[in-house]
Order: sequence, then structure tokens, then C-alpha cells
Amino acid sequence: MDGLKEIRLHGRGGLGTVKAAETLVYAAVMDGIYGNSIPFFGFERQGAPVTSFVRISDKPIRPKNRVYNPHAIVVLEPTIMNAVNVFEGVEEGSTLVLNTALKPDKIDIDPKIKTLAIIDANKIALELLGRPITNTVMLGAFVKATGWVSLKNVAEKVEELWGAKNREAVMKGFEEAVIYHLK
Amino acid sequence: MQEFDVINGNKAAAIAAALVNPDVIAAYPITPQTPVVEYLTQFAADGVLKSSMSEVESELSAMSVLTGASLAGARTFTATSSQGLSLMYEPYFRASTLRLPIVMAIVNREMISPQTVWGGPQDSISVRDAGWLQIYVEDNQEILDMIIQAYKIAENKDVLLPINICYDGFYLSHMTEKVFIPEQEKVAKFIGKYNPEHIILDPKRPMAVDPLTNGDLLMEYRYKHLKSQQNALKVIDETDSEFEYLFGRSYGGLIEEYRMEDAEIAILVMGSLTGAAKEAVDIKRKKGVKIGLIKVRALRPFPKERIIKALGKIRAFGVVDRNVSFGWNTGVVYQEVKSALYESGKIVPSVPFVGGLGGEDITVKMMIESIDKINSIEKNHNTVWLTRE
Amino acid sequence: MINVEERVALMEFKSKYIAPVGADGVYVINTGDWRTVRPVLDQDKCIKCGICFMYCPVNSIVKEDGKFIIKYDYCKGCGICAHECKSDAIIMIQEAEK
Repeated sequence: MDGLKEIRLHGRGGLGTVKAAETLVYAAVMDGIYGNSIPFFGFERQGAPVTSFVRISDKPIRPKNRVYNPHAIVVLEPTIMNAVNVFEGVEEGSTLVLNTALKPDKIDIDPKIKTLAIIDANKIALELLGRPITNTVMLGAFVKATGWVSLKNVAEKVEELWGAKNREAVMKGFEEAVIYHLK
Repeated sequence: MQEFDVINGNKAAAIAAALVNPDVIAAYPITPQTPVVEYLTQFAADGVLKSSMSEVESELSAMSVLTGASLAGARTFTATSSQGLSLMYEPYFRASTLRLPIVMAIVNREMISPQTVWGGPQDSISVRDAGWLQIYVEDNQEILDMIIQAYKIAENKDVLLPINICYDGFYLSHMTEKVFIPEQEKVAKFIGKYNPEHIILDPKRPMAVDPLTNGDLLMEYRYKHLKSQQNALKVIDETDSEFEYLFGRSYGGLIEEYRMEDAEIAILVMGSLTGAAKEAVDIKRKKGVKIGLIKVRALRPFPKERIIKALGKIRAFGVVDRNVSFGWNTGVVYQEVKSALYESGKIVPSVPFVGGLGGEDITVKMMIESIDKINSIEKNHNTVWLTRE
Repeated sequence: MINVEERVALMEFKSKYIAPVGADGVYVINTGDWRTVRPVLDQDKCIKCGICFMYCPVNSIVKEDGKFIIKYDYCKGCGICAHECKSDAIIMIQEAEK
């Protein structure tokens, strides 16, 4: 971890996008570095697109703005990509962590993305939790793709918030995420 | 090692209130303040918060309940935003003129119309002349620390005025970061006990409260009120030092000066947008621009002397306002700073900026452009409206 | 923001109104986006009773040329039409990923 990393999480109301972002901040703080996150939503209700912004850094973070040039993008639910341009402002060499059942060649990915993490989070979430709440699976995939926070602290906070089944979801997300390095 | 937690601004405010453990809390939910009320009722249900929680049906009731409680000698706390604040305006004005040291967190939200729920200090700024003390904070740690300090400032015998701790809706209220949480015993020792003598509804010491009053006496009360606001200038600075001594954190008191020692130009800010401004200052400093920043913390009382002193050697300044002063075509803080400088006898070119209204973001890039603008002016400039494109 | 004098003089407004009216700021949510499953009507099985048309909470079923058609602009995939259909003419299928 060196320097400021900016992350944008895209989800829908009810998928735990905001809590996922807070978990990343918690993990960063417990890892001994700094983090902050703000959510952005219009109407606070199920189904509406929700964006969460996270900053992680080895130095204290002062800006409280939204993230305009993310180094990593996490898409918790594939249909979001039809509603929102998840790649807006993305930095060269960024990482995309995507919940999808499709293969990489079937997905429209911005050329600035150089690291791609694919995981069928809907399937895992339905298996383990019975509902398509994908945030915990995506957190595991995110840690595998970037390594910016420790799996241990993410899993610990997830277990505290949502119990052992969700901790398992994080681990499964970490194990089953497939990482592609793109040209 | 101090205890800490990773929480958002609303939780920081609720935890601060719980540490103080006021006698009476009465609050009504409104976005973005709602979680404060939710946390407080949760703490009360858990037995952590021993306050008497009054579930009221509106903000007007909330402030009325607290007025009564405070008159009975109780410590009080509440929180609200925009429309809630305007709904309680009648008892709000009376709380300060009755000299009741009520502490209220205002989660700044833009006033309607157009319909909006997003952050901006227009709500509390619009009531700045109702006699309350007002302090605007930059991050969650400051929210927690200032709500604790608020009691010490408000209840000081030379002040005895209600106080608002104002923090931006969504940008701080829903922003998560690490916050140190002080120990309850230390907080109790810091704020001591509240023993009102100046006004009280106590059967053992009966006094008539708030009778119909002629103008000559009203003028005397206003004179004393104004004097207490001036006393608060010193008390706010002193409380900051005392807090630093006990808890290890200082915010500079009435204003915070950042890289002002050798500054040639200055940018003045208030609230959460300070973070982006400080980043911009550092970036421009690396490029050789001698820019300094002043964070205005207290809007009431206005820190006239400290601002005059801080701006003493600069050749130009700008003020970034996340609000408007409708009749002046600029922001409010700009007008107040300009007014303070009148007494310094020194006329310095300045430029007012208005941006970030309705919850719009003011980015580091926009702050950098603002600094460039301040650097380029040789005489007073028209209001610059900051937009992202 | 740069070059402010000129910009302010010809400040290009996004709105032509002075007060918040019209569809300026209306926060339009395309509720069709929310679907994870969608209803599909088999016209051969449909007995044209109109019950799905009456029950649909967002008026996404319309009557055209004597037939009932499901429009997908605002259909949220709630499944009430499939549940109420007397002749099992409506089934819910997974929304295809693009």
C-alpha cells in the first residue's frame, strides 16, 4: 500500500453497498492505515442505484469529496452497468471487480482497466445466504484483486456485522474470484 | 491507547451526547439527521444513555420541551436540519434570549425550494442572528469533540448562551472514518456540573420568568446578551486549550490557521470542504505559491480580531462559501470577513466564491482553480460561481 | 470555472426556468432497471380475461389490438401478473444479462 487509493462501489439499495464501503474503511483502520467513505444516493430505498466512495491511504485523508478518478471499481450487481457509467473517470491501470456469470470476452470493459476480477457473486450468495445480497462475496473478491486491505480484518468485521455465513461468503469470494491481467 | 471506532458523523454526534449524558433529550427525525435520533434511542434502550428521552411530534415541540427542561435546570441536547430548524424558529430565538445553554447539533442541509435533502450550511447560517453560538466543523472527530466542548462553552458563567455545532449533511453525517472516543469519566470531569442561577423554575427559589417587558429593559438584556457573545470569543479559545490538555486534540479555537505564517495570499473556508482546500493548498505550495488557509470555525461570535491578525500580511484573499447571502450577491462568510476587515483600516483585494450548493461537490481541482484566481487578482473581483465543468 | 468574467456574462444555464417547475429536476428513476426476473406472456394460452391488466401495480400491461401486451419500460418484475393469471399464461424468467 503506497499512496492514496480511490475506490468506487456501484450497487443498488438493499445490496449492502454502503456497509461494504464502511467495512473496507474499518479494515483499513484496523490494518493501521487510513480510510474514509461517503455514500451517494437520492432516495433511500430498495433498488435505486447507490454509489459508495472509499479512500484508503497510508497518510491521513482530508478530502471528503466523491471519487472522480477511481483506481478500482466494484460492481455489486451486473445490471447496474446498464443504468450507470461505472467507468466514468477511471484511472489508467485500474482494477474492476465485477459480479457476473459471463466470461470476460462477453463484457464491455473500458480499456483503462488492466486488472479484472470476475466472480459469480449472485450464485454464491444464493447458495450460502439464500438471497442475492452480494456485498460480502464482492468484498472477498476485492481483497484478492487488490490486496489493499487484509482479508483477516474484512472477514472479522463482516462476521461481527452479519454472522458466520457471511464470513464464509467473503472467503468464497476470495477463493473463487478469477483474476485476469489485461493488456 | 485511546479507544476508537470507525463510525460516521451522526454516530459520532450520538456518542458525544451519550458521553455527556444530558438530563433531557427531545428530537424529531429529519434526513440527514435521522440516524442521530435512532442511535440515541438505541443507547437509551441499552441503558448506556441515562437521559430522559422525549419523543416529540415535531421540532417545534422538541425545542419547546428543551426550553422547559433547561428552565428547570436540566442539561439538554437535540439535533435537527433545515426544515426542522425553520419549524422550531420561534422557540429557537427564545432559547437564546432566555439565556439557556441548550446544545443542538445541526446537520446542515440545504433549505428548500427546490426540493433537496443534500448538505449545505444555508439552514444554520440563515438563523445566525438569533443569538445562538455557532461552530462549524470539518470532520467526525471534531463533531464528537465539539459537542463535548459545547457544554463547557455554553454553561460558562460569562457566556450562558445556547450553542449549535454544525456539520455538513451527507459529507460528514454519512461519512465513515476513524474516530477516537474519550472516556466517560474524563468527559464528566471536563464539563463538570451545570448549576444555573441566572434563570430557573424552582419552587424553592420562585421567580417570575419572561414577563412583558418595556423597551428600556429589553435594551439592557440585549446589551448583556451581546456582551456575552463577545465573552464567548475568549471562552471558545480557552476551552480548546483545556480540551487539548486533557484529551490531546486541538482545533485552534475560533479559527484554524494552516500554513499562514509566511503566506502572501489566503483562502478562507468553513465546514467539511476544508479538507479539499487543505489538499489544494499543499499542492499549490509545492509549486511555489505562498498560499495559506484560514478555517473559520466560529461564525457566532464572529472572530473579528483573530481574522484581522491572521490576514495581516496578505495581499489578496478569497472566501469559499457553500451558501448565499441573497441581498449581497455573494456568500455570507465573505460578507462577515469583509466587515471584520473594515476595522483593520487595510483594504486588500478579495474575491468571493460560491459553490457546492444543494450538496454539489467542491473538488480539490476546483479549490486549486480558486487559489489560482486569488493569486491573479489586483482589485476586488465579482462573485465566482464554482461549477464542476 | 476558469476565465470567469466571460463565462459569467454568458452563463449557460441548464434550465430555462427561474423556479423549480417542469421536468427540470424530476428525479426520474427508470424502474425497469430493477428487474432481475421478467414476465413473459404466452398469447396462445391467454384467455383475455384482463386480470393481469387490472392487477399490475405499475400499469405495465396494456390492451392493444384486442390483445394484452406486457410493456417492459417500468415493469419491476414483481410477479403479481404471473401469480394472478388464471390460465398460467405468464411465466417469470431470469432477466438476461447484457
